[in-house]
Amino acid sequence: MMAFLAAEGAENPLIPATPELIVGLICFFIVFGVLGKKLLPNIQKTLEERHDAIEGGLERAAEAQAEATQILEQYRAQLAEARHEAARLRQEATEQGATIIQEMRAEGQRQREEIIAAGHAQIEADRKAVVTALRQDVGKLATELAGKLVGESLEDHARQSRTVDRFLDGLEETAAKAEARP
Amino acid sequence: MSAHMLLAESGCHINADCAFPAPGLHSFNFEPIFSVGGFDFTKPMLLTVICMLAVIGFFAAAFRKPKLVPGKLQLVGEIGYNFVARSIALEVIGKKGSKYVPFLTSIFFFVWIMNVMSIIPVAQFPATSRFAYPVVLAALVYITYMFLTFKTHGFKGGVKNLVWLDGLPKPLIPLIVLLEFFSNVILRPFTLAVRLWANMFAGHMLIVMFSVATWYLLTPSIMSAVAGGSFLLALAMTTLEVLIQFLQAYIFTLLASIYIQGALEEGH
Repeated sequence: MMAFLAAEGAENPLIPATPELIVGLICFFIVFGVLGKKLLPNIQKTLEERHDAIEGGLERAAEAQAEATQILEQYRAQLAEARHEAARLRQEATEQGATIIQEMRAEGQRQREEIIAAGHAQIEADRKAVVTALRQDVGKLATELAGKLVGESLEDHARQSRTVDRFLDGLEETAAKAEARP
Repeated sequence: MSAHMLLAESGCHINADCAFPAPGLHSFNFEPIFSVGGFDFTKPMLLTVICMLAVIGFFAAAFRKPKLVPGKLQLVGEIGYNFVARSIALEVIGKKGSKYVPFLTSIFFFVWIMNVMSIIPVAQFPATSRFAYPVVLAALVYITYMFLTFKTHGFKGGVKNLVWLDGLPKPLIPLIVLLEFFSNVILRPFTLAVRLWANMFAGHMLIVMFSVATWYLLTPSIMSAVAGGSFLLALAMTTLEVLIQFLQAYIFTLLASIYIQGALEEGH
């Protein structure tokens, strides 16, 4: 190939001229030097900065979005918790109320029974007192009446012999028997 | 100056008893504009220097003080830069390609503007149709290719990367190794330079051919019609050249990045 090229001589366009090689080399190196060392790194930096600015903006927006979502979640969780708490308190209050009502009812029942019992005792006591008083009064009246009929006081005798009491006891017994046998 | 440049002044027409001054190799040889010692400064050299200044001037104006929000000129520069950086370097080489973007960008725009000189009035000559300029650029690409091959794979791996293909049947190995060696090591720089040179050479030849013919045939006779046809063809060729100028610069840069990618890749 080289022999062929050489044979064609100066007219052969495939033989590069040395001065042109030198000029071409120098010119390209100047272009490469200026572009490669200064201008292209310049623009590459700017393009990256722009990319960062755009991406950064998007990233910031995404961050804010995420934060907002997180806060919303937090609020929702808090709200749910509060609702839960309220429900729990209501439940507790209901239970406590029920317990208190129960207790009050029991207490009322107890007091009622106490009052009734006290009433019964009172009535019983009253009745006994009345019976005793009646018995004395009846005895006294009977003795007085008998005394008027007999014409002399039988009071001392009656007190000593307890006749009236025995009669009244017998009467009570009869009444009790009559009650027992309906 | 070349023959056809003087044609307009000579008044050489078909009826003026003047042979057709056909363009040829002499159309690509220029008398020196001036000579310093033994060094002849010719028109292609002047164009090369102008191209250098044009590329530097454009990118300096566009990128000297780059802004986040680009101005018009910076935007145009960015489009050009991104074209080489993304569509060629990153596309072909991948992530490792960013290191070679300045080299490829310089090649692309330097070659392109030298090609474009073909249709710039007054200049009207693509510097790349002088073989020396494609040779310089192809040689730089070749040196880069070889350097990266041996730097990435070491001597043995580098040789293997250049000539070896895995999974070949044994009888074919010597033939393929020979072919791969011939293709990768010897022909690549040569075809790279010749492809660019031949395209620009032929393109310039065609434009000159039809321009000269137009002038030569332009006489007060029926030949004027033919001259008109020739003129239209010269216009069509000029339009075609616009495309080819860009295409050849693109192909040159693309092949350079393909070679770099081949040098960097792991195994074959």
